[in-house]
Amino acid sequence: MGFKTPLFDTHVAAGARMVDFGGWDMPVHYGSQIEEHHAVRRDAGMFDVSHMLIADVTGARARDYLRHLLANDVAKLKEPGKALYSCMLNERGGVVDDLIVYFMHDAWFRVVVNAGTRDKDIAWLQRHSGGFGVDIKPRTDLAMVAVQGPHARAKTAALLGEHGAAALELKTFFGRELGKYFVARTGYTGEDGFEVMLPAADIPAFWNALKSAGVKECGLGARDTLRLEAGMNLYGNDMDENVSPLESGLTWTIAFDPPERDFVGRAALEAQRQAGVPRKLVGLILEERGVLRGHQKVVAPGIGEGELTSGTFSPTMERSIGFARVPAATADHVQVDIRGKLLPARVVKYPFVRNGKVLV
Amino acid sequence: MSSIPADLKYLESHEWARLESDGTVTVGISDHAQGALGDLVFVEVPEVGKALKKGNAAAVVESVKAASDVYAPVSGEVVAANESLGSAPELVNQDPYGQGWLFKVKPSSQDELAQLLDAKAYEKVVASEAH
Repeated sequence: MGFKTPLFDTHVAAGARMVDFGGWDMPVHYGSQIEEHHAVRRDAGMFDVSHMLIADVTGARARDYLRHLLANDVAKLKEPGKALYSCMLNERGGVVDDLIVYFMHDAWFRVVVNAGTRDKDIAWLQRHSGGFGVDIKPRTDLAMVAVQGPHARAKTAALLGEHGAAALELKTFFGRELGKYFVARTGYTGEDGFEVMLPAADIPAFWNALKSAGVKECGLGARDTLRLEAGMNLYGNDMDENVSPLESGLTWTIAFDPPERDFVGRAALEAQRQAGVPRKLVGLILEERGVLRGHQKVVAPGIGEGELTSGTFSPTMERSIGFARVPAATADHVQVDIRGKLLPARVVKYPFVRNGKVLV
Repeated sequence: MSSIPADLKYLESHEWARLESDGTVTVGISDHAQGALGDLVFVEVPEVGKALKKGNAAAVVESVKAASDVYAPVSGEVVAANESLGSAPELVNQDPYGQGWLFKVKPSSQDELAQLLDAKAYEKVVASEAH
């Protein structure tokens, strides 16, 4: 028996197929994963993401603390509500987790971390808080639903009553407290939409209202195909504690400037940069029929070998796509070992799909 | 509740086998199996003429989530493969016992077919997996 979100009974009653995900009993789909995927690309879909952990970091030195702890720099956050994606690194430069941090005000930041790493993350946050005088409070009283798709914001805002207009005014990658809701224009699908946090007791009614408004229930299966198309990393697949963000397509999230900011893992990353980063994460499109999957071997003829970190069938492109960690010198074409056969794949820059449009 | 036709034979690994009037055996995956896999996006069927051994992997069905081997319920030679699944793997989801068949085998003996599970026994397998 795994942990259950406040929507567990709602999912079961809706006929969801439940699976274990990082110790949580979560819906993988409610009938058709592909239909759920298309609903998000074309209209609006919703995901129960209450298994992720929301934590509030408060204290006069909260910003200094996060500038030390995170590889991206929260000093970039100047307007209240603005969000930032960052990795949290260990001293070896490996990725402890990736997270979103919202700047609420100078003494309050809100972070959202992965479900499978929540205990480890809280321990890590606590361990590095010494000397900063910050308070780290897991908000297990809150639940979260992600509503995503071209019509997601309009359908959600209509249910927020007096707060609807304010929600619609949110700029991309901003969040705001609106009454009992915290509404953020963020997501993990490559579509516009909201992530809404609210008291756990209120979430079944909110979910049902969204469903009545025509927002399709979506499981973790569609969440995975959507994020892969959108070119977004999945912690535990595409990076982990033993791999550098510089080899995980996450160099853009590392704030090396200003040089005097001494964040955890900086020295290791600097050393790796100096020595030359040996591998890179690339997007692949399989050129023949078949399906790319994590851990398949990738061969770059004359250069070396690598491995798929994620792979799936893309419902939008009707092709198989994936991410692979390969030697840095890898060029445009590789081969993937699928059940003993070497099939050709094209190396591409991801994202594969954004806002309903195929980009590769 | 998934459909389990009474006139078919089954494997615990969720394949079905049907003895045709010409003595060949048609093979597919059960309604329960297609439901558990979810939307199929790729099916690899064996080549005609290939010799299959009972219990060995003979085909692969892949859903968005995962790849699964399909085991040969009987030994014998592949005499037909459902080529329409190449462009329409979803036929396995839509009609697992009909248009979603995978391949046909000319069995090397009749005994192996008799050893397979009947619908009642397979129903118990499915029920036990639900718990």
